[in-house]
Amino acid sequence: MEPKDFNSSDPVAWCPGCGNFGIQSALKTALARLGKPPRELLLVSGIGQAAKMPHYIKANFFNGLHGRALPAAAAAKIANRELTVIVTTGDGDCYGEGGNHFLHNIRRNVDMTVIVHDNQVYGLTKGQASPTTERGIKTKIQPGGVILAPFPPLETALALGCGFVARGYAAEREHLAELILAGIAHKGFSLIDVFQPCVSFNKLNTYDWFSTRVYKVGPEHDVADKSAALALAAQRERLPLGVLYSKPGPAYGELSGLDALPPLVNADLANVDIAPALADFR
Amino acid sequence: MKDEISVRITGEAGQGVISAGMMLCRMYKESGRHVFAIQDYMSRIRGGNNFFQVRAAGRPVAAPRRQADIIVALDKEAVEANRGALAPGGILLLDAGKFGITQLEAGWVHVPLYALAQEAGGELYANSVALGLLAALTCGAFEGAAKAAAREFAAKGADAAAKNEVAARKGYDYAAGKIKRGDFLLPSAPHERPYLLAGNEALALGVISAGCKFYSAYPMSPSTGVMNTVADYAAKYGIIVEQAEDEIAAVNMAVGAAFAGARAMTGTSGGGFALMCEGLSLAAITETPLVIAIVMRPGPATGFPTRTAQEDLEFALHAGHGEFARAVYTPGSPEECFLAAKRAFNTAERFQVPALILSDQYLAESFTNVAFPDTTGEPPDRGRIISSEAAPETRRYEYSDDGVSPRAIPGRSGALAVADSDEHGPEGHITELAEVRIKMTEKRLRLKLAGLARETLPPTVVNPGAKTMLCGFGSTLGVMREACAAAAGTGFIHYPQVWPFPADATLAALKGAGRVLTVENNATGQLARLIRRETGAQAAGSILKYDGRPFTADELSAALEGGK
Ligand SMILES: Cc1ncc(C[n+]2csc(CCOP(=O)(O)OP(=O)(O)O)c2C)c(N)n1
Ligand code: SF4
Ligand SMILES: [Mg+2]
Repeated sequence: MEPKDFNSSDPVAWCPGCGNFGIQSALKTALARLGKPPRELLLVSGIGQAAKMPHYIKANFFNGLHGRALPAAAAAKIANRELTVIVTTGDGDCYGEGGNHFLHNIRRNVDMTVIVHDNQVYGLTKGQASPTTERGIKTKIQPGGVILAPFPPLETALALGCGFVARGYAAEREHLAELILAGIAHKGFSLIDVFQPCVSFNKLNTYDWFSTRVYKVGPEHDVADKSAALALAAQRERLPLGVLYSKPGPAYGELSGLDALPPLVNADLANVDIAPALADFR
Repeated sequence: MKDEISVRITGEAGQGVISAGMMLCRMYKESGRHVFAIQDYMSRIRGGNNFFQVRAAGRPVAAPRRQADIIVALDKEAVEANRGALAPGGILLLDAGKFGITQLEAGWVHVPLYALAQEAGGELYANSVALGLLAALTCGAFEGAAKAAAREFAAKGADAAAKNEVAARKGYDYAAGKIKRGDFLLPSAPHERPYLLAGNEALALGVISAGCKFYSAYPMSPSTGVMNTVADYAAKYGIIVEQAEDEIAAVNMAVGAAFAGARAMTGTSGGGFALMCEGLSLAAITETPLVIAIVMRPGPATGFPTRTAQEDLEFALHAGHGEFARAVYTPGSPEECFLAAKRAFNTAERFQVPALILSDQYLAESFTNVAFPDTTGEPPDRGRIISSEAAPETRRYEYSDDGVSPRAIPGRSGALAVADSDEHGPEGHITELAEVRIKMTEKRLRLKLAGLARETLPPTVVNPGAKTMLCGFGSTLGVMREACAAAAGTGFIHYPQVWPFPADATLAALKGAGRVLTVENNATGQLARLIRRETGAQAAGSILKYDGRPFTADELSAALEGGK
């Protein structure tokens, strides 16, 4: 398949130059390489600029509430485990409003790939601080600068036992496409935090700023070594890109018994016999 | 002989009050009596005072009595806490030695409960001794108690079952020999109501029967019982039960699973439902079928976690921002709970709307024996779904005369399944066009509401146009039925569904009526306001109860007497 097979007719509403275009292109490339038709894919998002992505890719999509992409996505996957489920969410959506779902869905470990467009700002609502905004950044709400410590998504995910933790960069499309494919291949919750320059509201973390800091993790890094992954995730001067951690483990489908059932959506509802259960109440 | 009797077993949490109560229910049911039992318990795991009160009769009963003819106290505190609930002529059985009570008051009877329990193997068998006592006093035969004990402890192994039966036998022999009172004996006759069910259990069986395959919820009394029962049968029926991290996740999971094509629901109580409101609104705009069971307890906030109320009627009617159609079911008995669950799933899928089932702690946790004649009624109807052969350009939110457009199932339908919490056009993408907004609002609100209104479950009406007409929803069904049977010139309307409101049926039932009174477990008369708003009919008053306890049959009768 070709990336253009995933073109959507919906006009794009992002600002020219936005990092989201790079992610969109990488995602289409990854889907083309995956080779599944749009009807077998489900894109799920919350609300924000990042969360508009499902409109711009041809696939099934569920564009839900701000912060609530993960529970909807996890349950959709549970309902039909044949779907490939990809979440496209923002740093505010996923780590702020939906922070509790982020924590617990890593624990739940449903097989889905979560791409966080981390522009370190609230883009859609015009430039407020997000959980990943650096300290000292001035916004209309924090004219004296942000005082909260930034949320560390990769370290948090590693601490919670996430089986696939990666970081991409919107300007590194080919690299990002391969990260997405690796995330989809991993059975369980896969986190890909993507540096995404917001040209309209983030005047610090620009393409130039990233270009002097990012580097690709080399083959010498053992992706099954969690301490090494944590050390990479903790770097703040130079910023590593790539798969920091990847280790297969039992996912929700196996542990819950779901994989042993036909997809829930296939259930034959016409023939549910309640009599045996009712008999227990005699 | 009496034609009915109420017995209460009471003690602190952890003394086996519930298990004794369940055994009593089974003893009566198995020995040809009808039962209705309530649980009254505190929000704690040990200590305090709890009771289980069972009303048994030769005819079906559907509400509790205010007082008990026999009370068995398992500890000293229980004597103090429950002595006021003793009916005239009743007896309170207590272990005077064990409790250090030297002065027995009128109606108090000493029983060496704990010595008998010791003889059976230990003090923890005191509750089974109590069962035996009550078997002797009220049934005059041991067989029902033996069956009940065997059933209750079957899962705990043969030894536990045997010891409990021995304890019950000791209680039975003691009462038969030492307490010579024949006036509590109940007549018995075989009956055709063999199932013993609480509202939560019946609701859960309805959910399973409806083909629900995904139940996500966060524990909250008194709704947790629904989840427990679904979980009990999950493996057998291929259901995934998921304990969500919070109610927001629970509702969004239910919506996600329903979007993907499974029958899915969540359940909660008022506080959790408050957290679900945005998700409710999401289901409405994405036209995703959503079923929520709301098992009410008194608020505000944490309120009374283990007690009952009907305070969230208006909340359920109005919850969720924005304007959209919904259905609100208010079952009044275990049978109605079962059917409400099945109906709610059909409504949710056929109209692609949220369907709420409003129950309460009293209905959820009181047990009664029922017949369950119709488990095949209301077969699953998934509504209109875009077929796998449909053209890919089929639009998910196509306008239609009844507001319902065929639903796309991801991976199954010929067209892609799309959903957006933003306003969207017929193809599902975000729009800001005024004319689309108007048409979508008409679709989700007025057109669907009109269809739902044509299918509202009809109210149950007894003695339409009577001198006094009572009106209630949900759990007041039983108590209204009993009060009406006891007071000439009284009739009632019970609503098993309050939204869309059955206005015409209400006006017809009230035609020629004298005074109209609503009966509600809340402080403001929410149903009275709803009736007035939807029909213009103004109730003369409301009989309200908001102490966290259910109405008793006596109480409602007294209120009717007083109001004459
Ligand atoms: C419940 C709720 N609260 C607030 C909002 C407003 N809101 C929409 S998007 C957003 C922030 C989005 O930030 P992020 O997830 O980082 O996305 P970005 O636009 O930066 O891609 C906020 C606060 C909302 N839609 N819903
Ligand atoms: S505001 Fe920022 S994140 Fe949003 S589209 Fe514009 S550049 Fe992209
Ligand atoms: Mg952002």
